[in-house]
Amino acid sequence: MEATSDMLPLIVALPFLGALLPGIVIRAGRDTCTWFTLFPTALALLMLLLHAPGVMAGEVYHWRLDWLPGLGLDANFFLDGLGLLFAGLILGIGLLIILYARFYLSKNDPMGQFFTYLLLFQGAMVGIVLSDNILLLLIFWELTSLSSFLLIGYWNHLPEGRQGARMALAVTGMGGLAMIGGMLILGEIAGSYDISVILQHKDAIQASDWYLPALLLILLGCFTKSAQFPFHFWLPHAMAAPTPVSAYLHSATMVKAGLFLMARLWPVLSGTPEWFYIVATTGLITMVIAAVIALFKDDLKGLLAFSTVSHLGLITMLLGFGTEAAALVAVFHIINHASFKAALFMTAGIVDHEAHTRDIKRLGGLRHLMPVTFVIATITALSMAGIPPLNGFISKEMMLKETTYAAWAGNPWLVPALATFGALFSVAYSFRYIWHVFMGPVRDDYPARPHDPGFGMWAGPALLAAIVVGIGVAPFVVEPFVNVVAGAVTGAPQDTHLKLWHGVNAALFMSIAAILGGALLLASHRALEAGWLRAGPPAAKAIFDAIVGAATRAARGLTDGLHDGSLTRFSAIFVVTVTLAGAIAWSTGEIGAPSRATLPIAIVPLIATVLLVGATLCLVAFHRNRLLALVLIGVVGLTVAVGFAYFSAPDLAMTQLSVEVVTIILLLLALNFLPRETPRESSGARRLRDGVLAVAGGGAVAALAYAMMTRDFALPSISSYHLANSYKGGGGTNVVNVILVDFRGFDTYGEIIVLGIAALVIFALTQTVLRGAGGRFLESQGRPGGEAGDRHPLMMVVATRVMMPMALMVGVYIFLRGHNEPGGGFIAGLIVAIALLMQYMASGFAWAEARQRVPYHSTIALGVLIATATGIGAWFNGVPFLTSAHDYFTVPGIAELHLSTAVAFDVGVFLTVLGAVMLALWSLSRMARRTGEPVNVEPMDVNPAADAASSREG
Amino acid sequence: MELLVAIAIGVMTAAGIYLVLRQRTFPAILGVALLSYAVNVFLFTSGRLALDMPPVLVGDEYATGTYADPLPQALVLTAIVISFGMTAVVVLMALGAYLSSRTDRSDIGGEAESEARP
Repeated sequence: MEATSDMLPLIVALPFLGALLPGIVIRAGRDTCTWFTLFPTALALLMLLLHAPGVMAGEVYHWRLDWLPGLGLDANFFLDGLGLLFAGLILGIGLLIILYARFYLSKNDPMGQFFTYLLLFQGAMVGIVLSDNILLLLIFWELTSLSSFLLIGYWNHLPEGRQGARMALAVTGMGGLAMIGGMLILGEIAGSYDISVILQHKDAIQASDWYLPALLLILLGCFTKSAQFPFHFWLPHAMAAPTPVSAYLHSATMVKAGLFLMARLWPVLSGTPEWFYIVATTGLITMVIAAVIALFKDDLKGLLAFSTVSHLGLITMLLGFGTEAAALVAVFHIINHASFKAALFMTAGIVDHEAHTRDIKRLGGLRHLMPVTFVIATITALSMAGIPPLNGFISKEMMLKETTYAAWAGNPWLVPALATFGALFSVAYSFRYIWHVFMGPVRDDYPARPHDPGFGMWAGPALLAAIVVGIGVAPFVVEPFVNVVAGAVTGAPQDTHLKLWHGVNAALFMSIAAILGGALLLASHRALEAGWLRAGPPAAKAIFDAIVGAATRAARGLTDGLHDGSLTRFSAIFVVTVTLAGAIAWSTGEIGAPSRATLPIAIVPLIATVLLVGATLCLVAFHRNRLLALVLIGVVGLTVAVGFAYFSAPDLAMTQLSVEVVTIILLLLALNFLPRETPRESSGARRLRDGVLAVAGGGAVAALAYAMMTRDFALPSISSYHLANSYKGGGGTNVVNVILVDFRGFDTYGEIIVLGIAALVIFALTQTVLRGAGGRFLESQGRPGGEAGDRHPLMMVVATRVMMPMALMVGVYIFLRGHNEPGGGFIAGLIVAIALLMQYMASGFAWAEARQRVPYHSTIALGVLIATATGIGAWFNGVPFLTSAHDYFTVPGIAELHLSTAVAFDVGVFLTVLGAVMLALWSLSRMARRTGEPVNVEPMDVNPAADAASSREG
Repeated sequence: MELLVAIAIGVMTAAGIYLVLRQRTFPAILGVALLSYAVNVFLFTSGRLALDMPPVLVGDEYATGTYADPLPQALVLTAIVISFGMTAVVVLMALGAYLSSRTDRSDIGGEAESEARP
């Protein structure tokens, strides 16, 4: 049955939205903060539970939203039994953990941050289990890796915390990358990225040649996330996290994400020999090895971590068997494990919190001091050991029974024997948790005097312990639910009867053997431990660190070899690479015969070329004299401008001309502070090398340019569209300007923003330089002066004053005609900037600045804002951003007036260009002021009017 | 005529590369400026050369062959303005580096050290 539910996306979104709150409301106190964290979680849980009756009745809820349909990435969610189980675990245990964390975290821990991370993680987990699109699922998957990184490293002042977090991120992140590949293959085979569709294509997927690669890659993701051998080592190191995190992420939720995915994809991936041998074997090995290691861990959380790894292995193995009955047991054990393990982690946290140590060797006898904790820990640990009448017993019994049906390579007793062996150790470490921590004599050397915590802290684990007993005594209560979930996993309805007493069968004997053997193991723990320490099992962390270290060294070697910080070196590498790439393309590609008639060489362009080439060569020859080099580069720039004008590009010529002026002023100002000469320091061989590189690069570009110019377009150009529609669509006859402000307005919008950013960068750089050593250096230098007699010559001041209004008028004229004749915002902005700069040059920057009201920052901002507003205005016409509108008006007595919204956009361009140019130059002038350059009161050095006035007074 | 323009582009590129490979900041800035001229002209010529055909519409004539290609011109126009922004940032970086470290060498360590020795 299918149904739509609009609540599904809300359930996922609520934790994310809620994550915004704790960081803020922590100002109102820790309790308020906790309430604001509990609230979104509880609300999401409530909304989830509203669906529970429907799901139990066999309903599957869907919600779909096309997000990026072209990529197959859609925000599709669905909720069935499996999703309900996991989402319920995540939100339900989440509630208990939040409550527990409120009392666990000390006053010095930033609680707002903690709850924000926790809710982010919660949202990502709920997202995984409710996604109906594997690409969406991958996004949430990566989000859990990131948020768990933040949570594990929450105590970032502890090196173990940071290392553990990095290791977890590296391992799970790597698995996540592999999984992306596997999921994409899976989606390609099935023809859809929707899980509900993929689940229909079992035969196609298992018949595909790509089945095995996809399976391996997906399993790599699942195994790393669920800490399966040989990727199990990150989980114990992640125990550096605060205990609420360990209890939540590393028992109930995140490490189960891998299991969830295996269960989710079980119908299409399982049932093959590959699946059985990879999954069941990995699970079995993990279960046994981790159980053995767990027995020899002295750290309470370390013991629990390895026991978690072992139980995850157990569930993996059950899923790997590929039978429906085993899948049902896996589901049941997921529920049971979450209940007892979360409670155990919380009791470990309580012990740590109260006794200030989690070292088993320093504990013992706590049953008298912490009776409540003792009861909870004992019940849950016994369940972990599989003692009746607790829930752990039932699922373990069922697990052992399933192993008797699994034949490994035709060998019927290997799996059951190893499973019993693992169970034996499981019993041993569970007993040890009770015996070595709570039993025995009371000691007098605890780091702190242990006592039971407040109700808030033990309420959560107590509730879980009650569930442990409840399910154990009355398994029929959860029976329908387990059947529904198992039905969702297997895709076929399940009707298994859960009961405590299974009769006298093989599983019972295996269980009894495990319990007796476990007790025996614990009794001889001391001797075994000595042997274990002598054997010195390999430390996974050392291996991991060695691999990471080697990778880092290799990466650093490569990077440092290519980019050692020498600008000339990597410029040279760049030139060589690009030239070689061009040469290869040229020699392997096909180039047709010249198809375009060349223009005849006229005398004026010939002279201009000689001038340009001559100036460029002189520039290279005399570049050590920096002022001369500036003059020469000015010649080059002006010749280029003339060239633009000659080849039918008046707009470019005007732009180049005005940019040339401001560039030269800028460089002149900079040269004021820099050395006037460039010393000769390159060796002859070095100059020869550079010369060869330069000639090769230049020659290649020239050849390419010539080849391009002598051939017609290979494909029809889109320029004809612009020419044809410039007037009709854009309302302007100057096609270049119409392209800038209309056809390609969005590009221009980006360009002015970049220009504005460049100007702000310049401002910020100046600020930094002036504040630091640079500023002190400038002060110590003193003003450079003394080279020119008049700093503000009378003639220049008068001339620029006269020119100011004229230049402004030209600017306005150029701006207004821009749409139809050469001109426009860019050029007008530059012209007005030059008009202002003339005043600055004549009377000094400080003098001019004192008379200038609007700061350049605001000019830039205003320009960008006007352009944005124009763009947004188009939305109100129901058309996309920056679509222009225009019309013709007749103003009586003047002329026909053509108004286009593009003009407003051009105003934005104008203001940004003006502001950016002025801000850049003003920043340089601030450096000059820092040298102690005096600020003149009079606009010019010799002011006849002022002199006359003073002589009259005198 | 195409040959002349190609030579001009090539010479500017070569000079730009040579100057960028110098070890002081000021020549490198000049080199970058030269390279941006060269790149702008190169981009401009991708519309092919045209004489006396500015892309300003006259009357009702919209045919492609009667106007210079407007698209490269529009691209180059913004490129010229942006290259001013870039040059200004590079100049300020060079200036800041010089004022803070009292040297306008662009290479500290690495290749420069070995080559600086006579």
